[in-house]
Amino acid sequence: MKLKLAAAGLTAVLAFGLAGCGDKEAGTPAAGANSGSAVTGTVNVFAAASLTESFTTLGKRFEAAHQGTTVKLNFAGSSALATQINQGAPADVFASAAPKNMATVTDAGNAAGPPTTFVKNQLVIAVAKGNPKKIAGLADLTRAGTKVALCAEAVPCGAAAKTALDAAGVKLTPVTLEQDVKAALAKVKLGEVDAALVYRTDAKVSSADVEAIEFPESDKAINEYPIVVLKNAANAAGGQAFIDYVLSADGKAVLTEAGFQAP
Amino acid sequence: MTRGRIPGALLVPAICGLIFLVLPLVGLLWRTPWSTLPQRLTEPEVVEALRLSLVTASLATGFCLLLGVPLAWLLARVTFPGRRLVRALITVPLVLPPVVGGIALLLALGRRGLLGGWLDSTFGVSLPFTTAGVVVAEMFVALPFLVISVEGALRGADTRYEEAAATLGATRWTTFTHVTLPLVAPGIAAGGVLCWARALGEFGATITFAGNYPGITQTMPLAVYQTMESGDLDGAVVLSLILLVVSVTILAALRDRWLTAP
Repeated sequence: MKLKLAAAGLTAVLAFGLAGCGDKEAGTPAAGANSGSAVTGTVNVFAAASLTESFTTLGKRFEAAHQGTTVKLNFAGSSALATQINQGAPADVFASAAPKNMATVTDAGNAAGPPTTFVKNQLVIAVAKGNPKKIAGLADLTRAGTKVALCAEAVPCGAAAKTALDAAGVKLTPVTLEQDVKAALAKVKLGEVDAALVYRTDAKVSSADVEAIEFPESDKAINEYPIVVLKNAANAAGGQAFIDYVLSADGKAVLTEAGFQAP
Repeated sequence: MTRGRIPGALLVPAICGLIFLVLPLVGLLWRTPWSTLPQRLTEPEVVEALRLSLVTASLATGFCLLLGVPLAWLLARVTFPGRRLVRALITVPLVLPPVVGGIALLLALGRRGLLGGWLDSTFGVSLPFTTAGVVVAEMFVALPFLVISVEGALRGADTRYEEAAATLGATRWTTFTHVTLPLVAPGIAAGGVLCWARALGEFGATITFAGNYPGITQTMPLAVYQTMESGDLDGAVVLSLILLVVSVTILAALRDRWLTAP
């Protein structure tokens, strides 16, 4: 009996303790909710892996423009991020690489409003520098002895790859299905695969190691990137300010520089 | 055993620890979609991933026994310079994050790797993205578990039997096969099961080194991860439950061994 009581007490203590922690983090920023200028505190941004470089830059510039803010970035495949958010991960902003993964979050009622499309991106074939396998298009990927990495279909780059391959009528058996676009690209960089379907922006970032082969069917699989403030945002004002910054001329310049297209 | 009141300062943290370990498992059971469970269990992807996991973990354990038992014997029975260093090196994969292990394996056995480049150009053999690659990744993380537990068993065993055999004219090999092995067989079995369980749960090194493709390299932990990532929480829970059942079954089979262990 005593044991049972102790256990119950402990559970309660743990629960309160955890709740307390949450409050502390959430405490500061609420003040800025109404006045757009007074943005402070930490902004938690969950962003698609393909946004790694551009959002890192944007985060730093945002911090410089808004003294007292810290942008915490969490990059992963959009599907993983959507799952994390729906499971209650503490995010203020979600930037997805495809509307489908955004819909996972909005359908669950976890977005504060309708998402805004901020960029578009399309696929290229990433191959090793110098294109040793002489790959010119999707059909070349099916040649015997050519190893190809794709993203898993749940991730936007994988869904786009499927659309593009279907459009080209190419039946391709990849050697691996990676969890995000960066992992697929890494396999090319390592030389473990001969090619991967990745975004133009990712190939551009790694232009020292990989070459990007454009192919016509990628026009059929253009990804629109939506961004939104989340319903359970601890720092909604900060999140909105970050999105405003992404949509600003400054933000657009960084994204265009990275190879993204305007929506 | 001393008697008296159990001090609260010990009892409370002990119960906290217990709850901490058990609560997540309760969470898993609580979220299990029991009604659709039978149907999900027979889905081809689930069956395939489970089959692959069992096959690769068993193969990895077999190879680990082949390499690990002699290695453990060497460490326990032969004095040689640098033995402590060798033991330290063996424990590195034990403490190394498995993902790092996967990267290290790529750099050694990948197509452009230290040894892998030669394997590829000479024999046309490339381990990444193959089932063999999964076995290699699992061996890398599981072998230290086997070596350490078998070495422990060897050190704990009474060496007088081996000495007696040697006195009677048995060679070291005969002594090993006829005296040492039977003597530490339970220790080897326990080490083997530990090794198998570790191989079964291997994730980081596998996904990094061997990649992820259903039927070829997608083992249960990878399938759990991918299912979870794709937003199918129920599916991920079912897969997790299978792994939990398999692990607990193994634990139950070993119950006597482990509960009586010092």
